[in-house]
Amino acid sequence: MSANETIEHNRRDFLYIATAMTGVVGAGAVAWPFIDQMRPDASTLALATIEVDISSIEPGMSVTAKWRGKPIFIRNRTEAEIEEAKAVTVADLPDTNARNANLGADAAATDVDRSAGEGKENWIVMIGSCTHLGCVPLGQAGDFGGWFCPCHGSHYDTAGRIRSGPAPENLHIPNYEFISDTVIRIG
Amino acid sequence: MSGGHSTYSPTTGLGRWFDTRLPIPRLVHDSFISYPVPRNLNYAYTFGGILALMLGVQLITGIVLAMHYSASTQLAFDSVEKIMRDVNSGWLLRYLHANGASMFFVAVYIHLFRGLYYGSYKAPREIIWVLGCIIYLLMMATAFMGYVLPWGQMSFWGATVITGFFTAIPVVGEWVQTLLLGGFAVDNPTLNRFFSLHYLLPFMIAGVVVLHIWAFHITGQTNPTGIEVKHKTDTVPFTPYATIKDGFAMIVFVALFAYFVFYIPNFMGHADNYIPADPLKTPAHIVPEWYFLPFYAILRAITFSIGPIDSKLGGVLAMFGAVLILFVVPWLDTSKVRSAVYRPWYKLFFWLFLVNAVFLGWLGSRPAEGIYIALMQAATAFYFGFFIIIMPLLGLIETPRRLPNSITEAVLEKKKKGSASAQTAAAATETQG
Amino acid sequence: MNSFIKGLAAFGIALGVATSAQAAEYPLVKPVEQDWTFAGPFGTYDKGQLQRGLKVYREGCAACHGLTRVAFRTLADLGYSEAQVRSLAAEYEVNDGPNADGEMFDRAALPSDYFPSPFANPEAAAAANNGAAPPDLSLIAKARAVERGFPTFVFDIFTQYAESGPDYVYSLLTGYQDAPEGYNQQPGTHYNPHFLSGTSLSMPNPLSDGQISYDDGSPETVDQYAHDVAAFLMWAAEPHLEARKHMGFNVMVFLMLFGALVYLTKRKVWANVDH
Repeated sequence: MSANETIEHNRRDFLYIATAMTGVVGAGAVAWPFIDQMRPDASTLALATIEVDISSIEPGMSVTAKWRGKPIFIRNRTEAEIEEAKAVTVADLPDTNARNANLGADAAATDVDRSAGEGKENWIVMIGSCTHLGCVPLGQAGDFGGWFCPCHGSHYDTAGRIRSGPAPENLHIPNYEFISDTVIRIG
Repeated sequence: MSGGHSTYSPTTGLGRWFDTRLPIPRLVHDSFISYPVPRNLNYAYTFGGILALMLGVQLITGIVLAMHYSASTQLAFDSVEKIMRDVNSGWLLRYLHANGASMFFVAVYIHLFRGLYYGSYKAPREIIWVLGCIIYLLMMATAFMGYVLPWGQMSFWGATVITGFFTAIPVVGEWVQTLLLGGFAVDNPTLNRFFSLHYLLPFMIAGVVVLHIWAFHITGQTNPTGIEVKHKTDTVPFTPYATIKDGFAMIVFVALFAYFVFYIPNFMGHADNYIPADPLKTPAHIVPEWYFLPFYAILRAITFSIGPIDSKLGGVLAMFGAVLILFVVPWLDTSKVRSAVYRPWYKLFFWLFLVNAVFLGWLGSRPAEGIYIALMQAATAFYFGFFIIIMPLLGLIETPRRLPNSITEAVLEKKKKGSASAQTAAAATETQG
Repeated sequence: MNSFIKGLAAFGIALGVATSAQAAEYPLVKPVEQDWTFAGPFGTYDKGQLQRGLKVYREGCAACHGLTRVAFRTLADLGYSEAQVRSLAAEYEVNDGPNADGEMFDRAALPSDYFPSPFANPEAAAAANNGAAPPDLSLIAKARAVERGFPTFVFDIFTQYAESGPDYVYSLLTGYQDAPEGYNQQPGTHYNPHFLSGTSLSMPNPLSDGQISYDDGSPETVDQYAHDVAAFLMWAAEPHLEARKHMGFNVMVFLMLFGALVYLTKRKVWANVDH
């Protein structure tokens, strides 16, 4: 800008400032669609909720559903697995939080709070993504009979709780509900 | 980029630190702040800036569209529809990009005709003009390949027809076409390479634009009088004078652009391109985008053989010739006077050429039959005649009007006359380009 | 300028010759411009009309024509609630799979699904319809436009005419009539002078008065059906039209304000320089 601006009177300064401010507002408004387009589109959001039929899953069987681009482990646990998980003292766990999106943020990692709740303790629904760096753990493997992540050796127990290895947290549990006895809605 | 002596003097420590290492602030200062521009530039001279803006718009919208587009014959059409329906602001980005291409050509044609009117191509600015012609060629290639990407009926058949030009080349024609297509017909390999090149070419355009700007920062800009800058009083600094004027012109142009995008976004397009490509069914009328229509008319005007050249090769040669002849305009014009303002006959023929070009465009949209063929041939003859006969001849026989001694004198003369309102109106039409 | 006038004269002659020499210019009868609520700078869709149009599509067109780019979830734009969309989608079956046994299976459609096509593939569609596959209607209101000709297309820039698609759909649906005396009717085709690429088409007249019942008291006539379904198809082809025009208004107001400010600034900057 020219150096003699300072001696111009206020009206001119006001015009310059108003013009510049309007330009800045316009530039901001133009920038928004270019950022907006990066967000998930309408067809992606439409698949943010899925329904899974679990009527054919007998105790000791698992299914893996795909939800928001990630695997969801749904397992009908055996009595032995539940007993094994219940026998562990919560305070001894590396991560004492339930990591259950359906419960409060401070719920403890008891077996019942990891499962689908009272009366449905045989069901466990988890996001199949290791809390270390996002690999998919293998089912019914590892030192604790639950899940084992082959990438960096994290061992989870039969309630999906981290027991040893580099993963910092228990396998996360997504928002879900039983909309009937045989159908789960996830998301 | 400035030819003159630099007036940049950094005031801060950081500024001095940079200036001795990588003097980008000095470059920007000399090119876009202190750079002297003739004081008498009219609004026809703002289209260079507008073109830079449009190149930016096309690059940015294109890059984000590529985040959602799939260059596969199975997915291309669907992915474009997904952009239009599901992607956030997707319809806006796609309509900006599609109409932006048209507006880019609107601006480039005004820019080109302005250069032709004011003799901007004459020595010492031949290289600026030739670089501009290269940009124009690259733009046409980019626009053509971009139009193929949505994979609609016009995309497919336009690509088929245009790559068919190459079969007119004797002996190796078929081989060249197969090489370009990556197959025996327009198909997935063609779409993929067109996407790749459509992404690449705009960056090449940007590169040539830098050379184009560099070159005219060496020679200085022309102006409506065509007289070179002689005194310091002939010029004003680029900032704020040219920046604010270019800025205003850009806003007006963007308003026109926005009108098309928001109210009649499909006006410049063709309805058939909303039908997915079908290699077994040709649309009734294959018409290129409006900015190619004059050349399409020239292609179809050649319906006769010239010696060993059959009409097919002749048409293709005439069409490419119509673009390539622009490259030698600086050497075809023999006039000593630059601007049409002082050349009454050239001015007349310039306007006739402009009308003829628009007429050729209209003919390009007509079917090649009946009276249209004769009209296409007449208009094509005038198109080439303007460059090959009128331009060289007029320079030799025309008596130009008296030139003012300097830009400043021209400006002051105009101001004196300007007191009479009728004169102002005349001057306004004078300086339109 | 003399030659400009000559050019114009030549132009007029050309037009005259073109219209007289080319008897085979289709459509024989150009679409008549209709009143649409979505036309013009402030146009919006009439939700009631779109709902009726959807009904006409489902009962009058869907047996042969797909709408495969339209997702059920987008029917919320027509004013339906989420539950209504869900139950509407559930009336359709879509193919999904494979399941754990490797089998494909049919299931009720969800809002995230798209209108299924009535035929498995274009070949099946053609085979079932005398060799002429019924086109998908998702984009038909943008894919069919009758050439407006000079100088109308220039005026269209200023009148913002962008409804040639729905005008054409309406004209075609209401344009079936008896062929003139001595007309050479190809078997399996139906005379319609509004058809874009000929004088007869394979599709028989799909609509008749009273064929589809409306529950909002609108007249149950072919004219009304044709208007409603054309409006619905325009929405199907251009679902963001309202958002576009709304944003356009804001952009225009902003540009006018900003343009005025920049113009005043430009005048101030140049005030002391003759140019």
